[in-house]
Amino acid sequence: MADAVLTLRPPLIDGDKSIAQVTHDVCAPMEARPSGLWWLALAASSSLLLLGALAIGYQIAVGVGTWGLNRTIGWAFDITNFVFWIGIGHAGTLISAVLFLFRQRWRTSVNRAAEAMTIFAVMCAGIFPIIHTGRPWFAYWLFPYPNTRGSLWVNFRSPLVWDCFAISTYFTVSAMFWFIGLLPDLATIRDRATAKWRRRLAGILSLGWNGSYRGWQRYEVVYLLLAGLGTPLVISVHTIVSWDFATSVLPGWHATLFPPYFVAGAIFSGMSMVLTLMIIARKLMRLEDYITLRHIDRMAKLVILTSCIVGLSYATEFFIALYSGSSYEQFVFLNRAMGPMFWAYWTMVSCNLLIPQLLWFRRIRAYVPAVFVISIFVNIGMWFERFVIIVTSLSRDFLPSNWFHYAPTRIEIATLMGSFGLFFTLFLLFCRFVPVIAVAEVKGVLKYGISHEEGDS
Amino acid sequence: MSKRLFVGVFENEQDTLAAVRASRQRGFKIVDVYAPYAVHGLEEAMGLAPSRLPWIVFALGLLGAGLKVWFEFWTTAIDWPVNVGGKPFNSLPAFIPVTFEVMVLFAAVGAVLSFFFVCRLFPGKRTLLPVIGVTDDRFALVLEETDSRFEPTEVQKMFETLHAIHVEEQITAEPE
Repeated sequence: MADAVLTLRPPLIDGDKSIAQVTHDVCAPMEARPSGLWWLALAASSSLLLLGALAIGYQIAVGVGTWGLNRTIGWAFDITNFVFWIGIGHAGTLISAVLFLFRQRWRTSVNRAAEAMTIFAVMCAGIFPIIHTGRPWFAYWLFPYPNTRGSLWVNFRSPLVWDCFAISTYFTVSAMFWFIGLLPDLATIRDRATAKWRRRLAGILSLGWNGSYRGWQRYEVVYLLLAGLGTPLVISVHTIVSWDFATSVLPGWHATLFPPYFVAGAIFSGMSMVLTLMIIARKLMRLEDYITLRHIDRMAKLVILTSCIVGLSYATEFFIALYSGSSYEQFVFLNRAMGPMFWAYWTMVSCNLLIPQLLWFRRIRAYVPAVFVISIFVNIGMWFERFVIIVTSLSRDFLPSNWFHYAPTRIEIATLMGSFGLFFTLFLLFCRFVPVIAVAEVKGVLKYGISHEEGDS
Repeated sequence: MSKRLFVGVFENEQDTLAAVRASRQRGFKIVDVYAPYAVHGLEEAMGLAPSRLPWIVFALGLLGAGLKVWFEFWTTAIDWPVNVGGKPFNSLPAFIPVTFEVMVLFAAVGAVLSFFFVCRLFPGKRTLLPVIGVTDDRFALVLEETDSRFEPTEVQKMFETLHAIHVEEQITAEPE
């Protein structure tokens, strides 16, 4: 028997919890009054949100002249923020769908929050193309619908139309995936609720779920199907986002490398945002037994992996520029590293490539504050990556007479801050009203690593 | 017609699985098993047929993709052909991304809606729990009396030897 014990993997959940304890640990904070810290955080994030709302209102009322764009640089802050937020969303789908298909059962502790992060990030991302249309009240023109202008249809050859379909499908599927996962937990909330309004609300939302195994059997099938659909979907979404650039002829954008480069970058940035949020959430909500150091360790390893893929892409871009023999390509990359915006390039390289290498050390992965700081650096670095790709390529294209520089205006910066406000406001509300841990899924892995009889697959 | 049901309540999944296997061995009719999470191996133990949902989803995905290719072709090449950069009106390769997205959308929405339909889940549905706690930490096995050979005391004894924490008899007035 002794060697059987030795071959057991470490448990996924600490504290040797009983099933009822899991329900209690996750649901009790939602039923108690929110802490002062939560109110403080909500006040801060909703102030940012208000600032962003004012900035958006102002730029819609006054017009697109409130941005720092010019004839050369017609795309800068909006598209940078859009790609940044969409990328963040991708880690949620990676955790919920890809890791599910790979049977990585540690995902159960973090998938609920990561999926919520996906939905909120896609909402933040959606703001930017809509305001970038200049006349956001006509944003529905992006969809093909019978109209009185012909009907004049959208151009299905345009990557921007592909994007519109990709993002709206992605949002719909992520939201449904999240809701399906939430269904059994809503039933749990309903059945333990003492407050009448909570019971009624959870009763309506849980659709009469009663834990019947005939239901569970189909639930598992639907979950697997959604994971199977979500995996190629997430790859297609960021591939299409990269095509927004790659299908143009601009040096620095026109590269076949873009789809895998962008997908890896998206997962990289998203995984570090998951780490940022989870490290805060486990501390604030005392979830250390559920989101253990082993979870942080695994996510940190995914950060190194994707950091290396992103680094390889940076190197490949330079190599291909050299190897192509195209002087325009070569100039763009030299200009990125040594031109007027060299500081943005080197911020990107140090945050995305150099600093994450610290995570190779087990001691750093086990020291939560260090992981937290590194994850913040990666967030900053990945924002700069999009900024560098977009602005440096546009600002110096083929003709020197076209060259111009770009600096964001205060309105643009306020809009970016507003998107952070929206993201954190939604996340704080989520922490308060929705179980942050997938209760029903964690119950299924409690025995993982404790006994051989089940769970240890 | 009223039904006579026997509910055995268990504390963990091993006991539940053992009880399900024992009930099937003795030929009792299992109405359903209720559990707070998806217990692995229960599907085989209960002898449930595999779900047919994947086929529905496959068909819906194909339908979505087919409709979208037709729509893109019709709008771009037939209804109002517009010359964009000299590209052919029927630019099939450029139609692939949107076709893929619409296929995923049809398949995913179809999967969720058919799941709700097959399980009869809808907002405002009255929840029927066999016993309190099956959404928290209790597992319940519900057996139905089918004929006169059904011996309630035998069921009671079987449940007790398999560590049931509680056994109760329920008479339903309406068939479910």
